[in-house]
Amino acid sequence: MIGLEPVAVPGAPLARRNPVAKLAAALVFTVILVATLDPVAPAIAIAVELAALPLFGVRYRVLARRAWPLLAGAVGILVTLVLFAADRSGPVLLQAGPILVTEGVLTTALGLVLRMVAVALPGIVVFATTDPTDLADALIQNAKAPARFAIGALAAFRMVPLLEQEWRMISMARRARGVDAGRNPVAKLRLFASTAFTLLVGAIRRGTRLAVAMDARGFDAGTPRTVARPQRFTRADTLLVAGAALLAGAALATSIALGTFRPLIG
Amino acid sequence: MSAVVLRGFGWRHGGRRRWALRGVDLRVESGERVLLLGPSGAGKSTLLAALAGLLPEDSGEQEGAVEIDGLDPRKARERVGILFQDPQTQLVMARSGDDVAFGLENRGVPAGEIWPRVDEALRRVGFPYDRDRPTAALSGGEQQRLALAGTLALRPGLLLLDEPTANLDPAGAALIRRAVANALDPDTTMILVEHRVTEALPLVDRVVVLEPGGGVRADGPPETVFAAHGDALAAAGVWVPGHVAPPRHAAAPPGDVLLTAGRLGLPPRLAPTDLRVRAGEALAVLGPNGAGKSTLALLLGGLLKPGTGTVTASAELAGRDARTPPHRWRAPALVRRIGSVFQDPEHQFVTATVRDELALGPRRTGQPDTAVTATVDGLLERLRLDKLAGANPYTLSGGEARRLSVATALATAPRLLICDEPTYGQDRRTWLELVDLLAELRDAGHGVVAVTHDEDFVAALADRTLTLDRSPSGAERSPDGRSSTGVAEAARAGDDGPAAGGVP
Repeated sequence: MIGLEPVAVPGAPLARRNPVAKLAAALVFTVILVATLDPVAPAIAIAVELAALPLFGVRYRVLARRAWPLLAGAVGILVTLVLFAADRSGPVLLQAGPILVTEGVLTTALGLVLRMVAVALPGIVVFATTDPTDLADALIQNAKAPARFAIGALAAFRMVPLLEQEWRMISMARRARGVDAGRNPVAKLRLFASTAFTLLVGAIRRGTRLAVAMDARGFDAGTPRTVARPQRFTRADTLLVAGAALLAGAALATSIALGTFRPLIG
Repeated sequence: MSAVVLRGFGWRHGGRRRWALRGVDLRVESGERVLLLGPSGAGKSTLLAALAGLLPEDSGEQEGAVEIDGLDPRKARERVGILFQDPQTQLVMARSGDDVAFGLENRGVPAGEIWPRVDEALRRVGFPYDRDRPTAALSGGEQQRLALAGTLALRPGLLLLDEPTANLDPAGAALIRRAVANALDPDTTMILVEHRVTEALPLVDRVVVLEPGGGVRADGPPETVFAAHGDALAAAGVWVPGHVAPPRHAAAPPGDVLLTAGRLGLPPRLAPTDLRVRAGEALAVLGPNGAGKSTLALLLGGLLKPGTGTVTASAELAGRDARTPPHRWRAPALVRRIGSVFQDPEHQFVTATVRDELALGPRRTGQPDTAVTATVDGLLERLRLDKLAGANPYTLSGGEARRLSVATALATAPRLLICDEPTYGQDRRTWLELVDLLAELRDAGHGVVAVTHDEDFVAALADRTLTLDRSPSGAERSPDGRSSTGVAEAARAGDDGPAAGGVP
């Protein structure tokens, strides 16, 4: 499971930036990259992202631990595409029995996989360096997100670990009723479905109780909220977003200059 | 500070035929402290929800009037604070201080006043940590104190407490009661719903008893109410101080050993524990929250793989299967031998009707249909569930759900029954029925293990107790002479059976 709690070294210069600024920078950076299909621009972007990691206080080892499902997925997609994609244009690079790898298929596959990694990394870094409470605060104060949504999501997020515990409890309770699947795959699937249903019923009940408790403390009652933890969006935050746009633009420009640029549209 | 007036008040939840509450006439003056009693289903929680303005107009049908300082409670929400049973579903934020600040932010308290008020509220409830303490790292009692601080920070004129200690162990419950007693302003009005009447009495100066059919049955100072109506209230299922249940201890010495645990543990939840479970004996497992009582119940029940040590079934319990540990048995074989009743009955419901729920176990163990029907009918009648045979288990009241979950475990006639907090949150009537039922089982030669915080239950039923200790350093000597980490075992005084007092 991918962990979601922050792991940044405290005090790293960019980790301390406003969460909304970090989110905006990640968004701007990746949106610009999506414009091209070639492997060069995303490769540059990944290099930039990795170079910026220390500024966010994220250690490479920590990132690798957190991003391994992404990397495993990327490798899987690369292999699948290289072996099975219909496009077999360009000079042949390798032929062994039924396996035929051409330059065209390799370029396309690499472009896709690098793009995937380049787009996912900034998101991982943002969540790895941001406290969920700070993110909700900044979304409300700096991005004018409705408190109903931001605080509601935050409260729901706090309940996620409970679900895991609950699942184990329900599974044991099933066994205590004489229900188990043994080696029968159909029975296993049915047991899974019925456990999931019980979990859902419980989650809805718990969510309802939490909503009532929040109501009772005046949440979303129409009174204008004040903030206990002010979040500031400073010039440094603006610079972070502008820097992200600039760097992504530079990666794109390099790709155009090298002649590898293949626009998404057109 | 706030006064409450109810005139012929009634409420029917949307989609229900029965009124949850009806014909209630009540005045509570500013600064009064009221204990609200009534058997299960009398509408206590509904009344509190109405006072807290938490019953939206479109969610049901109202009769009569309810006012707080002359206002509709839905418009007087700023004057009212409410504390619920389950701390898990009251905390919103990840850090303790932020959680107290949450309500202040919602009410639009100026930013400069928020943190001083947070600190003051935390101090008043005796919160032992600083503001940054993660709410997830708190014990149940600490979480509940934090939730109380979050309510008190809003300075309510009327404080409503809906069974605030029901989920806590006796020590945690005492902390909450102390926090309420110390933190309340003298002019704050308080209405408390609480099953543990004896413990709650020092907090109140008036008792109001709701009648399940409608109206108020008794109202006045505690001594007067209990003197005049004590017996009738006890008979109706209300907990009344001084009405102790007659003890039901084993008449015969315990029989054969059914299950043996040797250095059984699951780090970090349960320290290694030794015990023997016998036929014809009721064993109560005690200890504070966090000592691993529920974990022990799951391990003994064959539902969890031991981390350390072993669980061994005797041939008496498992025949030839005695060589394999219970957690490796197939589920149908397990439920014929060991029945487990969970703390939350809803975890165990699998089917859509009460009848199917009872038939499930016997069918899984391969009983013929006629035998299944006979078993189910017998249990329905015995546990007063016959009128509910067609109902969905999820729609049952707390007492009904508890009776059903015990009945489902009994349906496969296991030789050993393990219950986790069987009496938790029950009214007196269900409580007495449970004690009777478990005593009968024990006297018929079954083994009964109950994990519990309920001292009255232990006094009424247990033949032997095992106390788990939270700190593994607090080792005590168990009666067999060996030092057993964090475990104290005791036989009931006066019991002199050859096997009393644990592992010989």
